[in-house]
Amino acid sequence: MASSITAPQNGEAPVFYLRDEHPHPEGHSTPLGFWIYLMSDCLIFAILFAIYGVVGANYAAGPAPKDLFDLPLVALNTAMLLLSSITFGFAMLMMVQKRVAATQIWLAVTALFGLAFLGIELYEFHHLIHMGATPQRSAFLSAFFTLVGTHGLHVTFGLIWLFTLMAQVGKHGLIAANRRRLMCLSMFWHFLDVIWIGVFTFVYLMGMLR
Amino acid sequence: MTSASAPHSLLFGRLTLESIPIHEPILIATFAVVALGGLAVVGALTYFKLWGYLWREWFTSVDHKKIGIMYMVLGLIMLLRGFADAIMMRIQQAMAFNGSEGYLNAHHYDQIFTAHGVIMIFFVAMPLVTGLMNYVVPLQIGARDVSFPFLNNFSFWMTTAGAVLVMMSLFIGEFARTGWLAYPPLSGIAYSPDPGVDYYIWALQVAGVGTTLSGINLICTIVKMRCPGMTLMKMPVFTWTSLCTNILIVATFPVLTAVLALLTLDRYVGTNFFTNDFGGNPMMYVNLIWIWGHPEVYILILPAFGIFSEVTSTFSGKRLFGYTSMVYATVVITILSYLVWLHHFFTMGSGASVNSFFGITTMIISIPTGAKIFNWLFTMYRGRIRFEAPMMWTIAFMLTFVIGGMTGVLLAVPPADFVLHNSLFLVAHFHNVIIGGVLYGLFAGMIYWFPKAFGFRLHPLLGKFSFWFWVVGFWFAFMPLYILGLMGVTRRMRVFDDPSLQIWFVIAGVGAFLILLGIVCFLAQIAYSIWKRDELRDVTGDPWNGRTLEWATSSPPPAYNFAFTPVVHDNDAWTDMKRRGYVRPLDGFRPIHMPKNTATGIVLAGISAALGFALIWHIWWLAAVSFAVIVVTAIAHSFNYHRDFYIPAEEVVQAEDERTSLLAGSRA
Repeated sequence: MASSITAPQNGEAPVFYLRDEHPHPEGHSTPLGFWIYLMSDCLIFAILFAIYGVVGANYAAGPAPKDLFDLPLVALNTAMLLLSSITFGFAMLMMVQKRVAATQIWLAVTALFGLAFLGIELYEFHHLIHMGATPQRSAFLSAFFTLVGTHGLHVTFGLIWLFTLMAQVGKHGLIAANRRRLMCLSMFWHFLDVIWIGVFTFVYLMGMLR
Repeated sequence: MTSASAPHSLLFGRLTLESIPIHEPILIATFAVVALGGLAVVGALTYFKLWGYLWREWFTSVDHKKIGIMYMVLGLIMLLRGFADAIMMRIQQAMAFNGSEGYLNAHHYDQIFTAHGVIMIFFVAMPLVTGLMNYVVPLQIGARDVSFPFLNNFSFWMTTAGAVLVMMSLFIGEFARTGWLAYPPLSGIAYSPDPGVDYYIWALQVAGVGTTLSGINLICTIVKMRCPGMTLMKMPVFTWTSLCTNILIVATFPVLTAVLALLTLDRYVGTNFFTNDFGGNPMMYVNLIWIWGHPEVYILILPAFGIFSEVTSTFSGKRLFGYTSMVYATVVITILSYLVWLHHFFTMGSGASVNSFFGITTMIISIPTGAKIFNWLFTMYRGRIRFEAPMMWTIAFMLTFVIGGMTGVLLAVPPADFVLHNSLFLVAHFHNVIIGGVLYGLFAGMIYWFPKAFGFRLHPLLGKFSFWFWVVGFWFAFMPLYILGLMGVTRRMRVFDDPSLQIWFVIAGVGAFLILLGIVCFLAQIAYSIWKRDELRDVTGDPWNGRTLEWATSSPPPAYNFAFTPVVHDNDAWTDMKRRGYVRPLDGFRPIHMPKNTATGIVLAGISAALGFALIWHIWWLAAVSFAVIVVTAIAHSFNYHRDFYIPAEEVVQAEDERTSLLAGSRA
């Protein structure tokens, strides 16, 4: 150890390096990195909301929100997504207790709610397009389909990721790497929930007031 | 060429043999040169059996140093392409008087000025800046690698994939003819039905993924990987400016991604975001792209400011003057850069109040920037200045950039901007700050850190030739544009009527040729230095008497950077270590935990380029297949849990013993 301690100055002996490995456990940057990614994604949604704010009333003599939106259906859809967030929360609680089977079951339930959400959204889109309210019809509809569709795409990728993780938990159990991944997906899923609350309020509810 | 009614085949989309521009002799000649050069390189690599080495040691490497060097190589190659575009424009504008059409037709000329801007910003300046940050930041903070080494490799290859798409547009189809920001409605499907704008969109989207991820990566690295003792206010200034730049990257590139995606929807799906009818609003695009675009210029200049800070302090032999004010100035610029975007289009008609707000915020940015200039001057004051090449670039920067800054403040005055908007005065201004700021900084940085990366210095005399050609060439090339701009000449013109203007364009053309000589000297400097590397060898690892941690390790550093993690007590940590009698450890080495190389990054980026190509040419089956392959590859990669290994202690001992004997030799 003598070489690591250099000539003292002011009675002090500065240490200029660590003999023992400085602990950087694997994945210690992942939560921070994922948060920053989520915020960059949030910015994309912010742009889409801003666009909707600017052109959301440009109907181009086409249909307006009141002619199109079916609030009870949207409420049902919102309930699906909110419930999926709760069940993901349950899955995370089971994960903390290291209960593999229970975690997997709650993840599966989450996936079912997510699929229901997507199914209802696709039905709504199909219905609108059938009525002639296509994304090409007006800037309002372009912005509507893009904002809601981008959220739906995120949910789709979230589901693919969820199934991947279920396979990985099935294969390796709740090892540290898998717990870290579940934590990231959980943040992603709740993030999409928050975005949807914005969509529900800003697009659907306030749209009906226009 | 292709239009809405053009033939569309299932197999090749809208790609036909007519997409190959055989009617353009200039392009055919270029293609011949590129193809021959490419064949020569491929042949040489095969002959010397270097493919396996390149693949194992470089392409699949997750070592931040190697990735940094690959970024630099990419940036320098693309600099040649971007500069070729520049000198072609200069020749055209110097010729096209008195009824002459010059030698470039409008179709080609418009692609050239678009490609020049896109390439210089996205594929020259960005890779060079990212490359330097990648190489230097982990070393400066005493880390072994970045936070996410695989992501780093992936980011590099995505940037390269974007560059490949831009280069392909030269020989297959065409590039955008819209200017480097592709404003709609000109870039919309009605006015640009050709694949040019699609090349633009997908090249930037693919590269943008890489840039955003590398931004996240470097933020995490700086926040989480600093060695013990290095508090935020003990970080080297280059690391500080890198942190701010990467925050700006993460805070702005998603805006670019979103706005380009919306333009894509307008072009591919027929939505009405930026169209003139059905409620669309083209000015929305202009606003959004500048919300990305203005911070982007600070993304480029902040690391350059960091380089100048390191260089000034090292070559003046003094601690940086006003470290704290330098950090705060950087942070203030970071924030303000987000509040000035509208000065790019005062003529939009947003009214006096809005224009005043953005004019004033723009002028305020000159305050922290001015503080930085004074800090550098005071660092030099009473310093023992060594006029090595990096210091010369720094002094040239201070003289040049101040002029560019002043014309910037001038343009920030809305009434003046109404006159000078879209003129060559503007072109002269932003070249003045980007060349005089970013590029001079990159040259200073490349020469400064070259011995760290390769273990030998660059030849000083050729470096000085390169320096003088560049600086003199810059003044010749751009001062005439200020004068022309004041006389009312607009930018992006191909032919001119007024013969009295010609002399200024000829002078500017002479300047461009001087810059060409500067580039040739720079390349010659690298080649000659490699040839004479034994004479230029530095075995100390600290050729400039440096002040920060990267100079504490060997040149080139070992894969693990530092055998033992350093502990920092002061700013200028390495100076502190030298002053207080640091003794290099010679024993007690341990195995070192490192990430494993992987081919996933280059594979994913290659398929992304294929996806981009398929979307550009409407080859829908290829787009679907490549997209599916990307998803499957990414998922398969996530099933690999064994991404790390240990460098055995014996290897560390061997590397460190080698350095010990080299150091002993240098002292003898």
